[in-house]
Formats: sequence, C-alpha cells, structure tokens
Amino acid sequence: MLKKQRVQSSLPNYIVLTILALFALVPIFILFINSVKSTVEIGKNPIGFPQEILWENFPNAWEKGGYADTVRNSVILVSSTIVGSLTIAGLAAYALARLKLRGSGLIAFYFLVGTSVPPQLFMVPLFVMWRQVGLINTHLGLIIIYCGLYSPFATYLLRSYMVGLPEEFIEAARIDGASNMQVFTKIIMPLSWPGFMTAGLVIGLNVWNEFLFALTFLQDPTYKPIATSLFAFQGRFSRDWGLTSAGSVIMVLPVIILFLLLQRRFIEGLTAGGLKG
Amino acid sequence: MNSFIANDGAFASVRQPSSRPSIWNVLGRWAFIMPLIVLNLIVIIIPSIFGLLLAFTDWSGYGPINFIGTANFTKLFQDKIFFQSLTHNLVWTAFFLTIPIAVGLLGAYLLSSIRRGQMFFRIAYFLPYVIASVVNAQLWRQLLHPRVGIGPLLAQQGITFLDFPIFGTRETSLMGVAFVDAWHFWGFLVILYLSAMAAVDVELYEVARLDGATRFQQFRYVTLPSIRPTLVFTILMITIWSSLVFDYVYIMTNGGPANSSEVMGTYLYQHAFDRFDVGYAASIGVMMSLWAMIAVAGFVILRRRGWDI
Repeated sequence: MLKKQRVQSSLPNYIVLTILALFALVPIFILFINSVKSTVEIGKNPIGFPQEILWENFPNAWEKGGYADTVRNSVILVSSTIVGSLTIAGLAAYALARLKLRGSGLIAFYFLVGTSVPPQLFMVPLFVMWRQVGLINTHLGLIIIYCGLYSPFATYLLRSYMVGLPEEFIEAARIDGASNMQVFTKIIMPLSWPGFMTAGLVIGLNVWNEFLFALTFLQDPTYKPIATSLFAFQGRFSRDWGLTSAGSVIMVLPVIILFLLLQRRFIEGLTAGGLKG
Repeated sequence: MNSFIANDGAFASVRQPSSRPSIWNVLGRWAFIMPLIVLNLIVIIIPSIFGLLLAFTDWSGYGPINFIGTANFTKLFQDKIFFQSLTHNLVWTAFFLTIPIAVGLLGAYLLSSIRRGQMFFRIAYFLPYVIASVVNAQLWRQLLHPRVGIGPLLAQQGITFLDFPIFGTRETSLMGVAFVDAWHFWGFLVILYLSAMAAVDVELYEVARLDGATRFQQFRYVTLPSIRPTLVFTILMITIWSSLVFDYVYIMTNGGPANSSEVMGTYLYQHAFDRFDVGYAASIGVMMSLWAMIAVAGFVILRRRGWDI
C-alpha cells in the first residue's frame, strides 16, 4: 500500500526532473547536430536533424581554426599547470596537514583574503609586471599565473585528504629514519592519489576553459589556447554556423567524454572547491 | 574561489605534542609551504596592492606615474556608464539569487526523493557547468539568433515573443546574457543542494509526515532550515561572483548595444586595455573589491551574531 503510493507520487517528480534534464541537454544536443549541417540548412532548419550529414565541417574547422596549434597550446598549458600547481599544493598541503607549523592560522587568513580578491583588481598590474619581465605572449607566463590562481584550491582539497591518512604509516616511516620529504614522496603522495587526481581534473578543466587571463596575456595568435582562438574563429566566421558549431564541438568533446567517464571525481572536486566555472 | 570563507576553520593546524624542534627543523617544515606563499605573493597579493595604489594615479600603463589623490573616484561617482554598469551587476545578482536558486532547490528536492535514475539526472544537470563559456555563448547565440535560431521557427507557429535579436536589443541584452550564464550554472547549485539534503535526518521527514505536513510544508519546515548553511554559502558565492562577471558579457555582447549590458568587469577591461586608462580601471577594480568585502563582512557579522551559517 505504502509502496504503491510512493510510486504514484513520484511520477510528477519524474516529469519535472525530465523537463529540467531536457532544458540542460537539448541545447548541447542541438550544437552537436548543427555541427554536421551546412549553414544553409541551419538557416532553414535550426534545431532539427540534418537532412544531409556534412562531416567536412570538422576538417574544415580544424584547418581554418588552426586547431593543430591551439590544441597543442592548450595541452601545454593544461599539463604544465596541473604538474606545477599539484607539486606546489601537494607540498603545502602536507605541511599544513601533517607538520606542526606555527602560524598556520595566519596562512588560513591569507588564503581567505588572497582568494577573495577579484581577478580584475590584480590582473592589470600583473599585466604590467609580466610586460616588464617579458612574460606576455609566453606560455610560461600564463602557466605561472594559473599555478598561482589554482594552487590554493588544490592545497585546500589535498589537505582534507591528507588529514585523514592513518598516522601509523607515517610514524613507521619516521622510525625507519625517513625525512619529511621522504615521508611525502613515499607515503603521503601514494596514499592521497585520489585527491591529486580530483584536483588535477578540476584544474585541467579550468585551464582548458579559462578565458579572461588567456585573452589578456596571450594576444599573439600563435600562442593562443583553444578557448580564445575559438572566440576569434567565431568572430571571423560569424555567419558560418555549421563551421563554428563544429569548432565548438572540437573544444567540448574531450571535456564531455572525460566528464562522463570520471563524473564522480569532477563533481566532487568542482563542488568542493567552489571555483568559478 | 571562496571555499575558504565557509571553511576558515579548516586550516587550523593539527597540533601534536612534541619537544621543542631545532631551528633547522622548523625552517625545513616551512620550506614545504614556501613555494605556495611566494607564488601567491607574486601573482595575487603584490599586484593587488599595486592595483590599490594605481587607483590613485592617472597612469596610462606607460611612462611616469602621477598620484592624483581621489580624482578617479570623484570621476567614477559622476560617471553615468559606471553607475549603469554597477546597476547591471545588481540586477545580475538579484536574478541569480532568485531564479537559479529556486530552480536549483526544486531540482535538488525532487531529485532527493527519487531512487531510480538519480545518477542520470545529476550528470545531465551538471553537464552544462563543465562546458566552456565560449562554447555555451556560441550555442545560445545561434539558438536565439533572429534569423537562424528558434525565434523565427516559433514565429511560423504564431509564437512571436522570441522573434527578435535578443542580444542586440537594449531592453533584453543584459537579461539574455544572464539567462545563458544561468543555464550553465543552475545544475551546479542542484548538486550542492542535493548533497546538503542527503545529510538531512530522515526521521525529521517521518515526524513531519505524521503531523500531516504536505510536501511543500516538509520542504519549507524541514529541508530549508536543515540546508541553511549551504544555502547561505551559495548566496554569498553568487553575490561575489555577480560582481566579477566578465566572460559571458564580453563574448556575447561586449557590453552593448549602447552599454545596455555593460558590467563593471567589461567596463574595467575596456579602460585598461582599449583606452589605456589604467588608473581609472584600477579604481573600478577597487569598487569591485569593496563589493566582495561587503559581502564577506556581512557573512562574518551574521555568523558572529550566532547565525548557524
């Protein structure tokens, strides 16, 4: 009796939930089907299935958008930022979680202030500083910025992993004469790899999608990552909807695949850190 | 960006009893955290201080720096477009604090009461959140395009309310862009609220049901109070982020037409990088920081007063 009632009463739930799911998914789906339509067809049939599948949009967009270069640029930025910020954040998280640091309350305060500062306040002076030392239009310059922006988040996430690790392992290693660094590389890192992976995914996603700093610090088209070059591409071919849709799909497809494979980690990491997406 | 605000106890050190360590030992420990501190000083703290100072200069980005006192702020308070931008940020905040939160709560509440397919809905709602702003912007620009979008298609059926250039009309450009940003954001709220609701004691619902509470009453008197810390946290995040909004506005309208969707972020960018008025741009940056400070201060004061948030 009770069970039956529950099944009946959950039907309206499913109806509303499905409407919301369609609201989230249909626009993405339309982007995908439009990426294989000709622009003429999109004009006549903006949301329906294509009458004729135009795969050529993809090689065309790849070619005209210079994707060979922009994908390479983005991969350099993503991988270097992940390695750099996880190294810095891993060490710091270890110190905060496991070593007795005087004044770590001060560091907490520093993070509170440092991460609430609007990027627009420090971006312009940072641009001037980077210009002085020749870091504008270099990948290194942007990687340093990304490491600075994302390492507090990674530190926060990794620290919460490391606090939970069992003390016995660490004690045992210390008795065997391991230094702090050896404890970190031999015990802490292997045990907290899920934390590293989650933080790495979130940082990678943020760098891949990042727009404002990439727009400002990499203005030379040869160095542009995929986000800002796609923006320029959309501007240049603004009437060619099929082509620009294909260009968008190239950028978004690896993200969607990775998200579907590792959604638990993505959701955990993105909701834990409160990074603006 | 601001997770540390809600969790500022999280960094409290884990103290273990020990004998007094040697100075080298202490330095060795600090060496682990030094790279993080130095990097943050270089990328965030020092340029931020520099930014505060520049707000009192007329610097163009090149050449000598002249301090001009508070002239930038005097100009700012008379600048109609700045006030327009500030108002747009306020409208943006009001919009994000109502509709996306309402939809997020609705989605999470319905989702928390079903068993089958919860995972599917979670993934579906979250998917737009992982997609880049450039792509989302392009997608909606096409869907809402006056010639190749759904507007003209609906107009053929006699539904004409979308059959005009939404992003190119003064009255609708700002809300159009806000809608696109919200479409990408609300699923994130669903997941946050859902995990908060999962922690609510089931017995509270049982008691409410026995008392004859309707589903809405259960939501109002059990769910909402139980998830208040998360709710307040999202309100704070949205308030701060609404002052920072840049991507969607810059990409979709660049503040236009005729500043009708201009926000502080795009107005600042224009001054810094198109008009080479770095001092003036910095003063806008200071106003944006003030906004965030007021939001955080309000949050801290409420917590000091004993609000459980």
